[in-house]
Amino acid sequence: MSDALSLAPEITDLLADPQADRGAESLLSKARKGQRGVIVRVGGQTGRSESIDPEELERRLLEMGFVEGALFEVLHEGLFGRDPIALRIDDMRVALRRREAAAVTVQYEEI
Amino acid sequence: MTDAALSKTQLGPARLALVGNPNSGKTALFNALTGSRQKVANYAGVTVERKEGVLTLPGGRGAHVLDLPGTYSLRARSPDEVVTRDAVLGRLSGEQPPDVVICVADATNLRLVLRLVLELKQVGRPFVLALNMFDIAQRQGLRIDLERLSAEIGAPIVTTVATRKRGLEELVAKADALAVSHAKLLEEGGAHENVWREPNAAEIRAAHREAQRIVKECVRPPERPDTVTGKVDAVLLNPVGGLLILALLLFVMFQAVFTWAEPLMGLIEAGFAGLSTGVAAVLPDGLLQSLITDGLIAGVGSVLVFLPQIVILFFFILVLEDSGYMTRAAFLMDKIMGGAGLHGRAFIPLLSSFACAIPGIMSTRVIDNKHDRLTTILVAPLMTCSARIPVYTLIIAAFIPHTKVWGVFSLPGLVMFGLYASGIVSALVVSFVIRKIFWRGTVEPFMMELPTYRWPEPRNVAMNLWTRARIFIERAGRIILPLMVLVWVLSTFPYPPEGATGPAIDYSFAGRIGHLIAPVMQPIGFNWQMTVALVPGFAAREVAVAALGTVYAVGGDDEAGTNLGALLSHQWSLATALSFLAWYVFAPQCAATLGVVKRETNGWTWPTVMFLYMAGLAYLASFVTYHVAVAMGAG
Ligand SMILES: Nc1nc2c(ncn2[C@@H]2O[C@H](COP(=O)(O)OP(=O)(O)OP(=O)(O)O)[C@@H](O)[C@H]2O)c(=O)[nH]1
Ligand SMILES: [Mg+2]
Repeated sequence: MSDALSLAPEITDLLADPQADRGAESLLSKARKGQRGVIVRVGGQTGRSESIDPEELERRLLEMGFVEGALFEVLHEGLFGRDPIALRIDDMRVALRRREAAAVTVQYEEI
Repeated sequence: MTDAALSKTQLGPARLALVGNPNSGKTALFNALTGSRQKVANYAGVTVERKEGVLTLPGGRGAHVLDLPGTYSLRARSPDEVVTRDAVLGRLSGEQPPDVVICVADATNLRLVLRLVLELKQVGRPFVLALNMFDIAQRQGLRIDLERLSAEIGAPIVTTVATRKRGLEELVAKADALAVSHAKLLEEGGAHENVWREPNAAEIRAAHREAQRIVKECVRPPERPDTVTGKVDAVLLNPVGGLLILALLLFVMFQAVFTWAEPLMGLIEAGFAGLSTGVAAVLPDGLLQSLITDGLIAGVGSVLVFLPQIVILFFFILVLEDSGYMTRAAFLMDKIMGGAGLHGRAFIPLLSSFACAIPGIMSTRVIDNKHDRLTTILVAPLMTCSARIPVYTLIIAAFIPHTKVWGVFSLPGLVMFGLYASGIVSALVVSFVIRKIFWRGTVEPFMMELPTYRWPEPRNVAMNLWTRARIFIERAGRIILPLMVLVWVLSTFPYPPEGATGPAIDYSFAGRIGHLIAPVMQPIGFNWQMTVALVPGFAAREVAVAALGTVYAVGGDDEAGTNLGALLSHQWSLATALSFLAWYVFAPQCAATLGVVKRETNGWTWPTVMFLYMAGLAYLASFVTYHVAVAMGAG
């Protein structure tokens, strides 16, 4: 992955992909039930001090199928603070907490 | 003899290992191959230890088969995954790596397992891919180009249906062939070397891309994808409705344990009472008659009576486990558990602890973080295990009137539910205290696959129920019977001195011990008979009930042998009974649980901590319960 891409992905995406304006990028932790799209970036800080090492979190997310290019859909939300969330990632169903979902950047499908 | 035949006979038994993603059917396959009865259920993380079985290969050669915990990567993160990694890499002391790895894949979900396959390839051991759950793949109309897939991964592929024993012969034959050719390769010094090392993020991504490419080339999406799971989840995972259904389910479970079992329990009780009268009629009055009727029949009978309840409880748990609901319950409870500082994966260990804390504590191995795991271990015994059912049922039946509340719920069932609820609440509070005060640290990520729903296999459920019932009966024979003989001896000897006036049991060892400790227990409303009963209760909780039966029976209360409950309701005040129940919510756990905690934590520190904090809580809870009840006029 080039430095430019990891530093300013929105800009590079816009330049590289003429259709990049089809959906806004956002953190998976902010996704609501019914939203779907594609995972564009995994890793980075979750912005929570009590989380585990970001590099370790990145690997775990990758191993569970959270990988760039995977399609996702938010299937369910918990009751309290809409946390955790249940997702469809490609063909599998996975539950995770929003805290960790903050390390995943997604692009919503245009409706 | 030809060379090939010669080297074949010289080979020792082959060593096969089952490796794969969680919940792909490894244990089901293991059971089918070796005739074992290891636990199979529809959620990730059922198997947490290595289990060995044997089978005979077609050529007559034996083979050792290893069942291993499921994993997404050889990069082990939790104690159960370490077991798998070490077994595959041959890192366990005194053990060689397996000759052949059988990689078990859920045919309907190949992407993640293909990444694991790529890691396995680096290990350099020959492997065969078992495409399991092929029945489901076919039902969905999933098309997999087996030849091409086999060429892509460089290993033979066999389609299997573990639960129907389909494809096993071919699988075994392929594994055998690989073992033989690998042995030959070793002799010639041409075996592949192990080049596996922990992948970094970039390598995982690369492997994903490769897996994705293979899936694209070899698998056509299902024509009839499963839609049932989505529809069921829409109801069961509804934020409000889902939680209500979960509460209702648990409630029905405890009501059922109480009400469905009653007719059967009556039958068993009558059987033992008949046996007791029969024996009393045949044997002359005296020591032997007392030993058999007061010691054995009263003791063992008072515990075996609870068999129907245990079976019903397990029936519910097994159906929940096998259907795939367990992970949904974990999802619904996650926020509450997280609020108490518990790890997301703690739910299933804690729910298993309703059956027995020992498998519950074992299954905490799926928790990666050490402090999270210890916290879960420490609170697991607070969940009401099935050995407490006899104690609860006896006291509730004796003291709580059998009335209906709102016309539907039986009051005893409600009290039972309340006792279970206090166990759960105290587990949450204790873990909150541990995690928020003593061990504030990082919060581990929580990610969990939600498996497809499946109808519980009636055969699997029946087999497991039978196993459970057998264990319960065997316990009665192995642990409770000898203990009851001991309790009887202690409460019969020595005889009172000549001219003694008090009841004979006061002069026995048990009586003396009881009277000695009684002052300590008096503030919480326990009499000396209860104190005596608590001691053997450490070996197994339900023995407390049996011991009460014996102590009162030897003490001369004839009613005790046949209807202990009725006797207690005359002897104890309501406050004492409630205090006894409160004690058993926290009761310092049985010796076997402490043993498992010692093994899982490698030392006596944590079992000691556990014992002391639970004893403290039990005393406190009983003290408060007793005095509140007395103040309210129940003394
Ligand atoms: N329909 C179908 N179900 C299967 C098959 N094999 C296993 N199952 C079911 O799949 C679920 C998981 O099986 P297990 O054998 O416990 O899976 P495992 O790989 O040992 O799981 P872990 O020990 O958690 O890693 C159970 O509900 C089985 O009944 C199969 O071939 N067809
Ligand atoms: Mg298993």
